[in-house]
Amino acid sequence: MADLLPTLIFYLFAGLTVLSGLLVISSKNPVHSVFFLILAFFNSAGLFVLLGAEFIAMILVIVYVGAVAVLFLFVVMMLDIDIVALRAGFLRYLPVGLVTSAILLFEFLLIFYLSLRAPAALAPVRQALPDAGQVSNTHAIGNVLYSWYLYPFQMSGIILLIAMAGAIVLTLRVRPGVRKQNIARQLERSARERMEIVKVKPGEGIS
Amino acid sequence: MQPYFFGQIGILHYLVVSTLLFTLGVCGIFLNRKNIITILMSIELILLAVNINFVAFSVKLGDITGQIFAMFILTVAAAEASIGLAILVIYFRNRGSIAVEDVNLMKG
Repeated sequence: MADLLPTLIFYLFAGLTVLSGLLVISSKNPVHSVFFLILAFFNSAGLFVLLGAEFIAMILVIVYVGAVAVLFLFVVMMLDIDIVALRAGFLRYLPVGLVTSAILLFEFLLIFYLSLRAPAALAPVRQALPDAGQVSNTHAIGNVLYSWYLYPFQMSGIILLIAMAGAIVLTLRVRPGVRKQNIARQLERSARERMEIVKVKPGEGIS
Repeated sequence: MQPYFFGQIGILHYLVVSTLLFTLGVCGIFLNRKNIITILMSIELILLAVNINFVAFSVKLGDITGQIFAMFILTVAAAEASIGLAILVIYFRNRGSIAVEDVNLMKG
């Protein structure tokens, strides 16, 4: 009985993950799709906690739910899109999509079946997972990430920098006709070139 | 079949979940040919399935490298989503629609 509870929790998380994945690709409204994507991310974070990878689970919630899904939500709500037109080809592409994914699923399950019958030799362990009671998951990841995988870590930082700069460059636009304050132009003005002293004779005025 | 369903949850269970998610992602790319937002979300589902695979094998093999590569995949997924959505925004700004069929008009 004590063994049954983790099993049930696994099936809850796994079933909700697959169900919300199904609803992501099949719901009519893209906003609902984003909400089901968030649900799928939360449930797979639960799966990661069950596996004992707490750090990846929390990063998944922070990065995917907090950044990526909210980005999707903003874009979906910002663009004024015609939902009916987007759904137009759904039924037409249904047979080819189902056949292709059925073939793909069959191939994957065949691989599982064959590897169950003849278990392959395991690869040698490179960075052994430490005992969970001794070292926390976050500590263990940090130990390996900042020593053995320092260059890939730096490279992923550069990828994020390029992505940020690319997104800014792509979406920045200079609109004509907008009166913006040009501080350099203001500062380089001097009183001498902007001011003129005019002697006004009485009774004539300035024409 | 008894040990596979209600016995100890092993790596095979996680692999089946990740396989189903991967297949759903591929199916979503086929079904929503007109809707590029859903295509991007399907790609996110595929990357999530890959992450589940990596972490499951990491725990199974007792090797933490899988979790580190899951983090790298997360990085690439975030970068890909931001660039893809930025391209989508400027495409919508130029054309007023996000229909995928019109994209080939951009050919020079």
